[in-house]
Amino acid sequence: MMENNVTTQQKTQGMTLVVKKICQFIAPTIFLFGIYVTIHGHLSPGGGFTGGVIMASAFIFQILSDGSILDKLRAEKWRLELTESLAIFTFLILAVLGLIIATTSVFFANFIPVGKLGDLISGGMIPIGNVIIGIEVCAAITSIFVALLIFKDEESL
Amino acid sequence: MEIYLIIMLVLMILGSIYSLHAKDLLSAVVSYGIVGFALVISFLMLYAPDLAIVQVVVEIITLIIMIAVITNATHEEQKREYNFSNIFYLGTILLFVVVFFIVLARMMGDLGYFGQDLMRMANVYIDSAHEAGSANIVTGILFHFRAYDTLGEATVLFTAVIGVLTILRHYGKKKEVK
Amino acid sequence: MILFVLCFILFMIGLYGVITQRNLIKIIIGLAIMEYSVILFLVLIGYIDGQTVPIISEGFEGGFVDPLPQAMVLTAIVIGLATKALMLSVAIRLYKKYGTFDIRKMKDLKG
Repeated sequence: MMENNVTTQQKTQGMTLVVKKICQFIAPTIFLFGIYVTIHGHLSPGGGFTGGVIMASAFIFQILSDGSILDKLRAEKWRLELTESLAIFTFLILAVLGLIIATTSVFFANFIPVGKLGDLISGGMIPIGNVIIGIEVCAAITSIFVALLIFKDEESL
Repeated sequence: MEIYLIIMLVLMILGSIYSLHAKDLLSAVVSYGIVGFALVISFLMLYAPDLAIVQVVVEIITLIIMIAVITNATHEEQKREYNFSNIFYLGTILLFVVVFFIVLARMMGDLGYFGQDLMRMANVYIDSAHEAGSANIVTGILFHFRAYDTLGEATVLFTAVIGVLTILRHYGKKKEVK
Repeated sequence: MILFVLCFILFMIGLYGVITQRNLIKIIIGLAIMEYSVILFLVLIGYIDGQTVPIISEGFEGGFVDPLPQAMVLTAIVIGLATKALMLSVAIRLYKKYGTFDIRKMKDLKG
């Protein structure tokens, strides 16, 4: 038992101290940039999908630099699944609200008033849709990566 | 403008030919990265910045996942047998060349020249972009005119994640080892 | 015109990789190359000479490049990532069971 514990700790140390300290500065900056691209999706190139993959790459960078501590990743996995399920459920609720509330009742109708073209708060439902899809794509890609790493760690034990 | 795109496409063709014939699996994955990044530069030259951002990040994530998969098996020997399969390769290549020329002859008449103004449906979308309210026309198409396709895409991503989590599940195997 | 021919050649190279290669990872790479060639072809069709990025800004009177293929391809790239991840997870499972990536050695029909 003790020997097993020692080999696990030796294999999953991650990278050197320099990389870990730099990652503490850079990974939140990448995440903030992903949030910026997602929110300004209706004004400049970007939107839900691009912001989502940039946010996922910040998480992947953090996991790669710290090594895959198996117990920590296993304990945190339920948060990713819950986030993704809630995000796609909210997107469905938004679509059905368009059916119920809007004057022309089609599925996905834009029921929030459209402001002036070029403002930050404009475009009706489009910024809300961007944020929800961004959260969903980020959680999906990160959970794929975490599942792969947990499998590779358990297989080499 | 067209000459630069031709250079990028020739680079992609050379990279993909090398990637399929490399002896080492790690070299194959790195050459596959060449194909992906040349595609990014092609997207930038064709005035599509949304696609370039997505393609860069997705290519890097794909390379990371592939290298994590092949870390134990990079030095596979490719033994060539010289009895039956060599004739099979030659026959396959000949068949491909014939099919290629037939489809090419059909294709030349229907497609116009590169850069032709073929928009018919997108004119309606561009003219009514004020109704959607977004300055980025691609986002307006994806979330206002064609929001149902975005819902379908989210469903496909969700299903793929469920599939990966089911295939790579590990508990339940420990009882078999005993 | 020669650009469309080169795209088609790239597609045929990917198809050749899927049919004749014996290593499982190279079959997956062939599928990915086929998908890239189709994506590039879609965006090439939508390009118009002399127009620019489809974003409305103040005081701009020119024309735009076709935005509809770009919207389709944006969805297709993310779906392609999910498909590749699923294929690679099946490849890991097969490597764990048989010890090799060679498809000629995977002969057991029982699960």
